[in-house]
Amino acid sequence: MANTLKLEIVTPESKVYSEDVDMVTLPGIEGEMGIFPMHVPLMTQLVSGEVGVRKGGQDFFLAVGDGFVEVTSERVSILTDMAVKAENIDETKAEADRQRAEARLAEKLDDEEVATVKAALDHSLAQLKVKRRHP
Amino acid sequence: MPSTRDIRRRIKSVKNTAQITKAMQMVASSKMRKAQLAALAGRPYAVLMNQVILSASKDSQDFVHPLMEKREIRKRGVLAVSTDKGLCGALNSNMGREVMKWDKESAVFVAAGRKAAQFITRTKRQLAAEFLYKDAPVFAEARAISKTLQQMFLKGEVDCVDVIFTRFVNTLTQRVEVRRLLPIGETQKLLNETTLTPQQKAELEQRATPSEGGLEYLFEPGAEQVLSAILPHFLNFIVYQVLLEAKASEHSARMVAMKNATDNAKQLIKDLTLEYNKLRQANITKELLEITTAQMALG
Repeated sequence: MANTLKLEIVTPESKVYSEDVDMVTLPGIEGEMGIFPMHVPLMTQLVSGEVGVRKGGQDFFLAVGDGFVEVTSERVSILTDMAVKAENIDETKAEADRQRAEARLAEKLDDEEVATVKAALDHSLAQLKVKRRHP
Repeated sequence: MPSTRDIRRRIKSVKNTAQITKAMQMVASSKMRKAQLAALAGRPYAVLMNQVILSASKDSQDFVHPLMEKREIRKRGVLAVSTDKGLCGALNSNMGREVMKWDKESAVFVAAGRKAAQFITRTKRQLAAEFLYKDAPVFAEARAISKTLQQMFLKGEVDCVDVIFTRFVNTLTQRVEVRRLLPIGETQKLLNETTLTPQQKAELEQRATPSEGGLEYLFEPGAEQVLSAILPHFLNFIVYQVLLEAKASEHSARMVAMKNATDNAKQLIKDLTLEYNKLRQANITKELLEITTAQMALG
């Protein structure tokens, strides 16, 4: 019986993370979920927020954007448009991004642009949230 | 017989050409490095996404998403991806040859890149839309293209969509490839076998075979919602990846073409210089001869 999970986090730009871990928590579209090894196969959408990883008794965190998650009994695959480790988050930059995105949202935009700006806003919010919770 | 002045002029003009091609080679090679990295970086994402779709589509057989619907093929849609500029070797003519294979009547083309659009209009094929993409393709450009394709497919204007593009293999090799984009489900082959490691390939095969009993996926909130969210995104991403591959191929091809041009120019200069020196030598000998004969006649 497998007692670790293989966690893979990939973005269009790179493979951010690929390791065996003990537990993963992630923000699903229907709420936060925690995943242990031997989970039932599951597929769901990911919303931007915080992914928590427990490995060898230690916890660490990543900020993620929208995407998809596939869970099998021995693997968790996360496809997302952004993934940043907590220690790599630049708080001042994220804050600036957030303000810029909010300012942009106040302008008149077409649907396409709104979607892009909203995504940028979600990204910066997720980063800020993770950073502030785990400084 | 050209005079020494003519040869000197030619050497100068060839030298200028060599300078220009050399500069273009430098530019292309720096752009190439960036484009290659981008194309390679996107592959793991594409592989994983592919696996997810495979598992998802096989475990939700009771639900067929409109983008996966298989129809009898009467009209074909083709996305032709080319470069905007020339001077990149045989890249565009190879693509053109592939375009020629499609039936004029039943194929509707969508062009990405100026050269493809020109070629299609020149050969009097149907061009439904034309897109341009920048040197560093951005996701929004891919989304615009993929949206058009999806609409054509969903409205029933076309019954399938293929893409013609040049895949970047390495700096010296770019291969023209034709892949099925829509209906999704036949897209699996979009990933080139060579881009996968043997392990990934085995995994993919394992997933392609129907699962036995227990391994049924749960969908949250439901298969329909998850698939409707993931499929358009998948298509966008595939188009994006195709653009990246095309760009990487373009810059590699241009760099190689320009390097050849520079080398040829250098060789030409060498030959011309030799000829020039020979001619100069001959002239001197002739003049010397004239002087001595004149001397002898006088003496």
